[in-house]
Amino acid sequence: MARFVVRRLVGMVLVLFAVSVLTFLIFNVIPNGDPAVRMAGKNSTPAQIEQIRKEWHFDESLPQQYLFMMKQIFTGKLVSYSDQTNVWEQIRMGLPRTFALGIGAAILWMTLGILLGLYSAVKAGRISDRVLTVLALIGISMPVFWVGALMNYYLGYKLEWFPNGGYVEISEGGIGEWLYHLILPWTALAILFIGVYSRILRSNILDTINDDYVRTARAKGISERRVMTRHVLRNSLIPIVTLWGLDFGLVIAGGAVLTESVFDLQGVGQYFAEAIGRLDVPPVMAVTLLGAVFIVVLNTVVDIVYAVLDPRIRLG
Amino acid sequence: MSEPILEIDHLQVEFRTDEGVVHAVDDVSLTLAAGEVLAIVGESGSGKTVTAMSLLGLNRSPNATFRGSARYRGTQLLTASEDELRAIRGAEMAMIFQDPMTSLNPVQRIGDQIAEQILAHEKLTKAEVRDRVVELMDRVGIPRAAERARAYPHEFSGGMRQRVMIALALSCSPSVLIADEPTTALDVTIQAQILERLKELKDETGTAIILVTHDLGVVADIADRIAVMYGGRIVEEGTVDEIFYDPQHPYTWGLLGSITRVDRDRGERLPSIAGLPPSLLAPPEGCHFRARCPHEFERCGQGPPLEDRGAGHPDRCWLTVEQKRARRVVDDGEIGLAAKVAVEASPEGLVDRRETPPGAPSRVAGDAGAAEDARVAEEDR
Amino acid sequence: MASTDSAATDFSDDLPAELAAEERRAPAGTGPWRIALRRLRRNKVALAFGVLFLALVAVSLAAPIWAEEVAHTTPYQNRIADTITIDGEERNIVEFDGVPIGPTWHGEYFLGADRNGRDVMVRLLYGGRNSLLIGIGASIITMVLATLLGLLSGYFGGWLDWVISRCFDVMWAFPVILLGVALGVSLNISGITIGPLELESGSLWIPTVIIGIAYVVYLARPIRGQVLALREKEFVEAARAQGMGPWRIMLTELLPNLASTLLVFFPLIVANAILLEAALSFLGAGVQPPEPSWGLMISEGIEFLTSAPHLTIAPGIMLVLTVLALNIFGEGVRDALDPRAKIRLEH
Repeated sequence: MARFVVRRLVGMVLVLFAVSVLTFLIFNVIPNGDPAVRMAGKNSTPAQIEQIRKEWHFDESLPQQYLFMMKQIFTGKLVSYSDQTNVWEQIRMGLPRTFALGIGAAILWMTLGILLGLYSAVKAGRISDRVLTVLALIGISMPVFWVGALMNYYLGYKLEWFPNGGYVEISEGGIGEWLYHLILPWTALAILFIGVYSRILRSNILDTINDDYVRTARAKGISERRVMTRHVLRNSLIPIVTLWGLDFGLVIAGGAVLTESVFDLQGVGQYFAEAIGRLDVPPVMAVTLLGAVFIVVLNTVVDIVYAVLDPRIRLG
Repeated sequence: MSEPILEIDHLQVEFRTDEGVVHAVDDVSLTLAAGEVLAIVGESGSGKTVTAMSLLGLNRSPNATFRGSARYRGTQLLTASEDELRAIRGAEMAMIFQDPMTSLNPVQRIGDQIAEQILAHEKLTKAEVRDRVVELMDRVGIPRAAERARAYPHEFSGGMRQRVMIALALSCSPSVLIADEPTTALDVTIQAQILERLKELKDETGTAIILVTHDLGVVADIADRIAVMYGGRIVEEGTVDEIFYDPQHPYTWGLLGSITRVDRDRGERLPSIAGLPPSLLAPPEGCHFRARCPHEFERCGQGPPLEDRGAGHPDRCWLTVEQKRARRVVDDGEIGLAAKVAVEASPEGLVDRRETPPGAPSRVAGDAGAAEDARVAEEDR
Repeated sequence: MASTDSAATDFSDDLPAELAAEERRAPAGTGPWRIALRRLRRNKVALAFGVLFLALVAVSLAAPIWAEEVAHTTPYQNRIADTITIDGEERNIVEFDGVPIGPTWHGEYFLGADRNGRDVMVRLLYGGRNSLLIGIGASIITMVLATLLGLLSGYFGGWLDWVISRCFDVMWAFPVILLGVALGVSLNISGITIGPLELESGSLWIPTVIIGIAYVVYLARPIRGQVLALREKEFVEAARAQGMGPWRIMLTELLPNLASTLLVFFPLIVANAILLEAALSFLGAGVQPPEPSWGLMISEGIEFLTSAPHLTIAPGIMLVLTVLALNIFGEGVRDALDPRAKIRLEH
């Protein structure tokens, strides 16, 4: 176990290093214009531009520039090119919103995914299963920003059942307002995953139900309910739980950018989207790295959980 | 022989599939007395496993139809409710399955899997259950049982897993034990050990056993009676001696020619019956074995009933006892089925040598010598 | 968690093992491809949606015909200050408050106009071409790269496997959409030239290549796993013993065995690639205006959702129909060829 942790930690650091270098290179090797010129504005003199170039270390070599940026990231002094705000402060404001969106949606899609998948498997082949299958497939075929926009328009703007986007802090509007503003974003983000999870669980259950050990369990004379919960469902859920961890990581790491933008939640994803629109490299670097950290950490957590749930898996 | 505890009467099982209706079991009648060992022998697809599973209702599905009757001590198993069946499963009738590698839940501890069955039928404290589990595992020959009960299936070898399955089956002292190909998935040496253990346990507990297998070799030492199944039907039924020394059905002759031998590698075993079993989707008219039988004649187009034709036990072949005794191939005192080619070459139908050499058995698996070898072999490891 | 398991293909539904064996034996001599085809042919729903997808492709290909013969315009022509006559009534294509005309259900402006006075129906058809082109092109790139990397990594092992696997780890850790957006935005500013490969800014190749690369790791990992398993099989050993070179073994022995996996995943990858294209275009990192694509049209339409919902709804419905058709057809192909194959894609 200790060896596993050490190996994983080393691997994680190396992967994150590679991610940071790659992201840095995307903006410094692909020609995208001179950031100093952009920052100086239209009516600037060459001297002013030169000044900015010095100040922001744009005149140094690429490795030096990279080191300078990483130093700023780790000291929390990273500053946006476009509005000179501190990137970490911006992220710190957006992160709770992204988490609120991601955690709520993850709970919603896991719960509904399991319920619908189980129901579908139990009713396999019947009309209700077919209807759910079609709905699930439609769910995984819809772009989240499109669904979100339509929900916002019809349920928010036209019917006025829900607020038209925006995020309300619990400290400002209380838990009721907070929930009220998040219901649509949660639903929009969860739809795709509900479709995916219910399909996977359904097929896992239908595979497992024909497994020999389920027959053994039935031959023991235990109740059908116990056969289903202790043997079929428990074994079918193992892959779902691991998938859940990975998907949650991806949602936090930028997967929610579309939902955040459509509902104007001002989370980290939206911060990223707005920064990239201005070619503002520091926030893009920081959010990408943070996202990679989430993915890598959750991958490791998932591996450990997997090994706990399934004794055949060994951590290596 | 005592009163039968299990009576199967004209059992018919059909499955509806996309391709059509599969007639898996066709008019099977069998009885089992307390403490008796009945072997059901046949190739895969002969309906033997379906028969066994039908007794416990393990193959019930909306696509399955069961007709006839199967009574266990007065309970009609075919129509019993799930609750009634549940009370019988594991407690009265227990089953050992073919593949020990897949028959245990991979993510549950061995001990818990056995305990689950005990707790389903008996009110015991945790400690009592734990003691029972360890005792059972000990009894089937699992070393360090107390420690191994906490292990997971993947930490066991195939033979050890089958011992676990036996321990599981015996955990509530059932009256009937159904063993479905209990040794097929195992190495030959392990097969002998498992059979030996089953036999000892039968003698200790007096449990009646239905042993389902494709291999006549494994039943010789343990069974009292043998029912040979082919294409969903019983084609011959008799005591071990009757089947081994006076087999009446040509299919039985073929099976006798393909007995597993402990002293040969698997690779050396030759399939001695040419051709494939009939499709159960559209079973042939008349005798199901007709297409593969070297002795087929016109009358075989009508199904021969299962009756005693003078040999002292029933079979499903139109040939007279005298014809049968003359036609079955006897080679070095052993019986086999002549290959079809050979018969065509000799129109009189009397064949005295085999064209295809099936592995002729000199002794069968499970005999004392083989088991001894195996035990020594294991101790060496 | 992307995983494939094509080793065990269970042919039985609810049948006991004994009968399953029976059924398996029945079509003796029938190749696995023929069995799969037979099963697919029985799956009428999947076939119907396969046909729907082809119809959508055909309709998109026919875009110039509609544009020239029916709508008499191009996807780029602005008629912001023009009027058209519908049922004898003269109407502004774009009202003075900026609200474009809705569906006329006539040849011209069949589905109405956008805020620049462009014909939505014509843009929808041309946008479909772009979306499909990018989706299919990207999937082909994914297939080729993933197969190549999976084969190299799985077959040769050693340091090559180590290097490729570590690259996969890095790709795996990258948030797909962030990577796509970052690349898309930078590349679209002034394009890039890598050796003989030249990507101009605004080229459709940019989103195609980005999506193609972003999905490689999801497919390459399961392929590598399959190659690792195949490598130990007797027929590969035999080929090696016959003195066959590694490249020939990969081409003649391994590739045919990967074919069913690739075939199963292709429609599903195309479906996801089309969705990712829409997402990138929505964020301004995919197809660049004035070129149309469904994602871009939705993105342009959302601003005017309250006054002109048809701008958002029409491309969305086309997108959903296309992706749905691919998903249902893809599931049919999977059920026919390899019911246990699983893949995980993000978009």
